[in-house]
Amino acid sequence: MDTKIAQRPSIFRSDATQRLLAFAGLIVIFVVFSLASPYFFQFDNIVGILLATTVNGILALGVTFVIITGGIDLSVGTVMTFSAVMTGVFITFWGLPVPLGILGGLLAGGLCGFINGVLIARFRVPPFIATLGMLYATKGLSLIISGVKPIYFNDSPGFRGIVMDSALGRIIPGLNIPNAVLVLFGAAIIAGLILSKTVLGRYTVALGSNEEAVRLSGINTVGWKTAVYTLGGLFSGLAGVVIASRLNSAQPALGPGYELDAIAAVVIGGTSLSGGEGTILGTIIGAFVISVLTNGLRIMSVPQEWQFVVTGSILVLAVYFDLVRRKR
Amino acid sequence: MNELIISMEGIEKTFPGVHALNQCRFDLRAGEVHALVGENGAGKSTMMKVLAGVYAKDAGRILFKDREVDIPNPRIAQHLGISMIHQELNLIPHLSVAQNIFIGREPRTGLGIFLNEDRINAQTEALFQTMHLKLDPKVRVSDLTVAMQQMVEIAKSLSIHSEVLIMDEPTAALTEAEIEELFRIISHLREQGVGIVYITHRLEELKRISDRITVMRDGHYINTVETQAIAIDQIISMMVGRTIDEMAPDIPEIKAPEVVLEVKSLNRSGSIKDVSFRLKRGEILGFAGLMGAGRTEVARAIFGADPIDSGEIYVMGKPVYIKSPSDAVRHGIGYLSEDRKRYGLALKMDVETNIVLAAFRRYLGYLGWVNQARTRTTAEHYVGTLSIRTPGTQQLVKNLSGGNQQKVVIGKWLVADTNILIFDEPTRGIDVGAKSEIHKLLNELAHQGKAIIMISSELPEILRMSHRVIVMCEGRITGELSAREATQEAIMKLATQRSLIVSSSDSTPTE
Repeated sequence: MDTKIAQRPSIFRSDATQRLLAFAGLIVIFVVFSLASPYFFQFDNIVGILLATTVNGILALGVTFVIITGGIDLSVGTVMTFSAVMTGVFITFWGLPVPLGILGGLLAGGLCGFINGVLIARFRVPPFIATLGMLYATKGLSLIISGVKPIYFNDSPGFRGIVMDSALGRIIPGLNIPNAVLVLFGAAIIAGLILSKTVLGRYTVALGSNEEAVRLSGINTVGWKTAVYTLGGLFSGLAGVVIASRLNSAQPALGPGYELDAIAAVVIGGTSLSGGEGTILGTIIGAFVISVLTNGLRIMSVPQEWQFVVTGSILVLAVYFDLVRRKR
Repeated sequence: MNELIISMEGIEKTFPGVHALNQCRFDLRAGEVHALVGENGAGKSTMMKVLAGVYAKDAGRILFKDREVDIPNPRIAQHLGISMIHQELNLIPHLSVAQNIFIGREPRTGLGIFLNEDRINAQTEALFQTMHLKLDPKVRVSDLTVAMQQMVEIAKSLSIHSEVLIMDEPTAALTEAEIEELFRIISHLREQGVGIVYITHRLEELKRISDRITVMRDGHYINTVETQAIAIDQIISMMVGRTIDEMAPDIPEIKAPEVVLEVKSLNRSGSIKDVSFRLKRGEILGFAGLMGAGRTEVARAIFGADPIDSGEIYVMGKPVYIKSPSDAVRHGIGYLSEDRKRYGLALKMDVETNIVLAAFRRYLGYLGWVNQARTRTTAEHYVGTLSIRTPGTQQLVKNLSGGNQQKVVIGKWLVADTNILIFDEPTRGIDVGAKSEIHKLLNELAHQGKAIIMISSELPEILRMSHRVIVMCEGRITGELSAREATQEAIMKLATQRSLIVSSSDSTPTE
């Protein structure tokens, strides 16, 4: 006779179900808007939604890693702007070739993330405070470096095309989806692989689940935690390059507020703020929930003030349902 | 005689308020099992945590194969080949069994970028086979019982192939057959020349498994002896530093068997299964069982700290609905957590505030200001009656010793006017002297008519203190014993009534 030796998690509680539920929620919102407005389910509008998700989606990818470790990153929005400004400095002010400028922008973001990581992991500054400090610092630096003026990329005509052209449209005529959307999905696939298939991803989950156990297993927790924040910074850097290319300029006053959208996307996607669990697919779904809501409500001429109210309510409801589901 | 692998000399370690290790020494040879024994708070775990790089020593030398080494963190310890199975289980709940076992040593694939999950699982499977362990490597650790988590910890440390293996009470949650399997594994390792440090409370294990025994007491090194050359009684007297009249159970018969608390069919998914019992006035009801048996869960459920799925609770014969700890306090139930630092005390506040904390409302004057004169009078009264050793009522609780902290918690619940007191491991981490004081205090409280539930993992404590003993295993009550029927053997038999994790034969069934 074989006795049951471990309680298997019920299907209801499994991660796959969570993603399915979030996805079902997204579909429901989609269908509701399609029925409510004839302008919603149009190719151009869908492309608009995809494009509107890119920046927030990329930021949310980085935030997902940080939140899974049980931390938080409030600086992603202003680090994004800082990276955009640095890209502008490299390309427009210094006249570096575009690829080098982009690399510089990415690294600027990575550097900010690295500093966050060192402060948090090595010097044990609470993540909330360390990244809040980084938020202010990068906000100020962006304004100082740019001279409080936008930096335009008019001397590098190809720069805007990097994310706004459509490679897909060239292959399949008519399917004019901007490259920015491909960048988002490419970044998401890389993030997904890192999280589920690499050591960095494994330790990200482990740190959020039981940091002391990780330390006692002989793992350099300080180093790996720093790596997670650095990765978050690199994604902010990528978002900075994308937004600079899209606007064909680095707008130094942009940034604050983006971090909240990114955190909201991650949380709606089922990542636990107490750490240890979360998925990239969930985050992407979460990012789309936010942009579909914003887009749909705007099409239905709901004033922007009310859009905020709806987004806030959805955020709290999503987390509450997740809690109820887990308790069962 | 085999070569020495480890030699520790003059080890010092001080924590705030506690001199944990005072000029301690320890050595370990290759291919021996060296048992480390002593009462709670003797410094055994601290000593070994210094060796495993968990704590940094304040002074002293550690020689690894005659070479002085510095072991500032667990990583360095692992590089030297020293690994430790911790008493408080240190697994990562969100990862699978196999992922936990190979954490930090993951095999890679694809140019070393990706994790080789298949190999992790296959190697874990093979490892479990050698241990005769029936367990799926892909199960998440959070879905395992405590006993199984303990086996996973053991498997993890075996997979490391260390030269020095420290086991801190590895058998605390295991049944006889599982312990047998563990001993078989230990003997095998010993033959391979691994040096094993074995910390235990179960002295009967010493003769079966150890080659040498080192005794520690109150942070001091006492002696190291050959196991063959000594009797267990001598070990005990070295541990306590005097011959104790261990068996002096002053358990008076209860005259008025008035039922104060009755619990009927308490259920909570996964942790409590159909628990029913009665508690009488003036009685100390012992709750015995292995680690993870569900005793704390029952206490927390009665106290309203965790929600229940079904069940009824009666206080003084009346049904009560306890949804939160404040409901419980209103019905006169107090709970003294096993982790008093986390759940029982406001460590950074003074003795006075802690004592009145649960009944604060009674000490508020007009406009909600605290009447400090009255809180002081109350605090001074209890500092006196409970003989709490503190320079004053203004002393911060974190500066008191473990025993005195526990007394503060007891004082707190007395002020709150509770008649039902649930003590969860009341003497854990408390030194020997203070321990008997706490025991005396419990007896006095019972004499005064309080009804007491005492959860304890120390069988001698259960046997010495309880009027009746309830034994739990895997969330169920497996038996009730009167003080007369209660023996170590009877309790252990009831405490291990569950399905085994290890299979007895070599033909391990795999799923």
